Amino acid sequence: MNIVRAHILVCRGTGCSSAHSEEIFKRFEEELKAQGMADEVKMIQTGCFGLCELGPIVVVYPEGAMYTRVTPDDVSEIVSEHIVKGRIVQRLLHTEKDSAEVVADLSKTKFYEKQTRVALRNCGVINPENIDEYIAVDGYEALGRVLTEMTPEEVIDIITKSGLRGRGGAGFPTGLKWKFASAPAPVKYVCCNADEGDPGAFMDRSVLEGDPHVVLEAMTIAGYAIGAHQGYIYVRAEYPIAIHRLQIAIKQAREYGFLGDDIFGTGFSFDIELRLGSGAFVCGEETALMTSIEGNRGEPRPRPPFPAVKGLFEKPTILNNVETWANIPRIILNGADWFASMGTEKSKGTKVFCLVGKINNTGLVEIPMGTTLREVVEEIGGGIPNGKKFKAAQTGGPSGGCIPASLIDTPIDYESLAAIGSIVGSGGLIIMDEDTCMVDIAKFFLQFTMDESCGKCSPCRIGTKRLYEMITKITEGEGTLEMLDEMEELCHHLQKNALCALGQTAPNPVLSTLKYFRDEYIAHVVDKRCPAGVCTKLLTYEIDPAKCKGCTLCARNCPADAISGKVKEVHVIDKSKCIKCGVCMSNCKFDAIVKK
Amino acid sequence: MAKKKTVVPFRGTAEQEAKLRELIAAHKDMRGALMPVLQQAQDIYGYLPIEVQKIIAEGLGIPLEQVYGVVTFYAQFSLNPKGKYSLAVCMGTACYVKGAGGVLERIKQKLGIEPGGVTPDGMFSLEETRCLGCCALAPVMTVNGEVHGRLVPDDVDRILDPIIKDNG
Repeated sequence: MNIVRAHILVCRGTGCSSAHSEEIFKRFEEELKAQGMADEVKMIQTGCFGLCELGPIVVVYPEGAMYTRVTPDDVSEIVSEHIVKGRIVQRLLHTEKDSAEVVADLSKTKFYEKQTRVALRNCGVINPENIDEYIAVDGYEALGRVLTEMTPEEVIDIITKSGLRGRGGAGFPTGLKWKFASAPAPVKYVCCNADEGDPGAFMDRSVLEGDPHVVLEAMTIAGYAIGAHQGYIYVRAEYPIAIHRLQIAIKQAREYGFLGDDIFGTGFSFDIELRLGSGAFVCGEETALMTSIEGNRGEPRPRPPFPAVKGLFEKPTILNNVETWANIPRIILNGADWFASMGTEKSKGTKVFCLVGKINNTGLVEIPMGTTLREVVEEIGGGIPNGKKFKAAQTGGPSGGCIPASLIDTPIDYESLAAIGSIVGSGGLIIMDEDTCMVDIAKFFLQFTMDESCGKCSPCRIGTKRLYEMITKITEGEGTLEMLDEMEELCHHLQKNALCALGQTAPNPVLSTLKYFRDEYIAHVVDKRCPAGVCTKLLTYEIDPAKCKGCTLCARNCPADAISGKVKEVHVIDKSKCIKCGVCMSNCKFDAIVKK
Repeated sequence: MAKKKTVVPFRGTAEQEAKLRELIAAHKDMRGALMPVLQQAQDIYGYLPIEVQKIIAEGLGIPLEQVYGVVTFYAQFSLNPKGKYSLAVCMGTACYVKGAGGVLERIKQKLGIEPGGVTPDGMFSLEETRCLGCCALAPVMTVNGEVHGRLVPDDVDRILDPIIKDNG
């Protein structure tokens, strides 16, 4: 084996790839070749490191130096300074907020220090396109142990005892789900839900991109536990890198005999097929996902019968989401007690969240259940940018709710979030500051659920539309106080009567904002005012005569010819012509345009 | 999501049709073959006009109305050809709270088209997309799949003007 003196890890997750990390990787290869060092330095492309805000990220070992926001032009400097001369390039290291000190070792940053990585343990560590690297970190050992030393009952038992609950949203106990599907039947299926549709959530994608084999291993373990021989992974078409890596992983696993006939010579056979979604949010619902794999419109089916009895192609089926699968091999290797020692009494283990929106450290964080929202926002997330105030956190995507600043000390676990009208959901955690209008956010999610409603059941099809119409009127200053009560009532009907979780949870963003931010709704309805300055119909743009220099820039750029005034004289906006596009405000060099 | 039918005449080539028939033959015995066939047919033609749907329906032995039902159900299947430059603005939550609406608005004004539309010269098509998952770069738009991130409305001119200039 070739011994190398340094490893260069380049993040090839979606975030960093979007910021040209592929080119950075290529430049490194070229540069090393040019310097004659291609044999002594190993280049590795990894999955997501998690700290997407600072991407593209490059880590150089043995020092473990983490370079952030690297551009292709920085490559030759890193090679000639760090690799050739052994001098770390200080200017590209991460500087912690409120500290002048640069941090060379990434595990020492506040962002990583508070995290516990179980599901993400291999992301950013191994090359996801090389099965040997997965095997080197105990990959497929859990599968070997299960097939050679354990009975199916023992496998289900250890998963049940660990307390693992589904990470896709509903939080159903995983062991129990497997037990329901373990009743004898000739044909059964194991499915992986990789149709991660919640906007602002990308943890499943990061696992698939950074550690695809863990999902294959876990699904095979489940196949053995319930007596299934075929698995399906249903993955979003919007995730091309994840799809590519899964295809490679499946091929490699077949070559090594971890998938296919007679795995480990035990006589057990299991194979996995990849199916792509085509952009329908409702297909993240388990029965809709199965209908879609069958080749139909992805409409949900009534439950019961539950998938464990009659699922894919009408056979008993278990379906878990990517993050749930990513926990399974670790639980087998480390034991149920180890997993159950993390988290709270009813919510065990860790959960991955995608920390996005108005937050300094955008990225992927994995924390023990029960960590408070404050720890996540202030310590891991590094607070709100531009000195603004934290206003609310939105969890659970279009099915979740908004948590106000007054509840920032709420522990993040299934029970605590449900108690305040939100959900853990798949793990989107969107931070909002004072510039975010909560009525507008509720409207945003309603538009999403209205568009994505499959149309099969009328409570959801009609209910989301009526709710959207009412909230639109409110944002346009045509709302009434009675409307708020009507919306609440309609929300309760939807919760009770919709066929699937999409419709049942669609009211959550409305109900939680009505509960915690009612004053904002009232400002829109009674005062015809949007306090955050977002709802355009309620805004007016004016020019501050004291600041206007008469430079004519705004008048020349106004698309509606609504601004008049002579050179070096104060300009005026004609409100009847103004379309409130904000072009004048973004162009003005003197901050003379005021939005009210 | 509602879909508008295309008015552009179908210009499929014999070569494309041969590829499509090969694709159908390869999937004929697969369970749930319709979705994978539609996905790859869209790769061949760039969109799924009714002429292509008819060939698939006959080839797989599935009623045309069922094929049409599936095509119109999923957002990624398109009844319209894309422009030479396909623009997409991410409307995920992170992009939305960071001002994707203003970026979209600027593109609409600049090109005079709505999401789902194509400019009359076939140069640009515009779409709103669901979360692309590169939330750290929010707000983002893509031009033929290439991501432009951390945008403000003025960046729209910076990105589109060179394209408009290059194409006369």
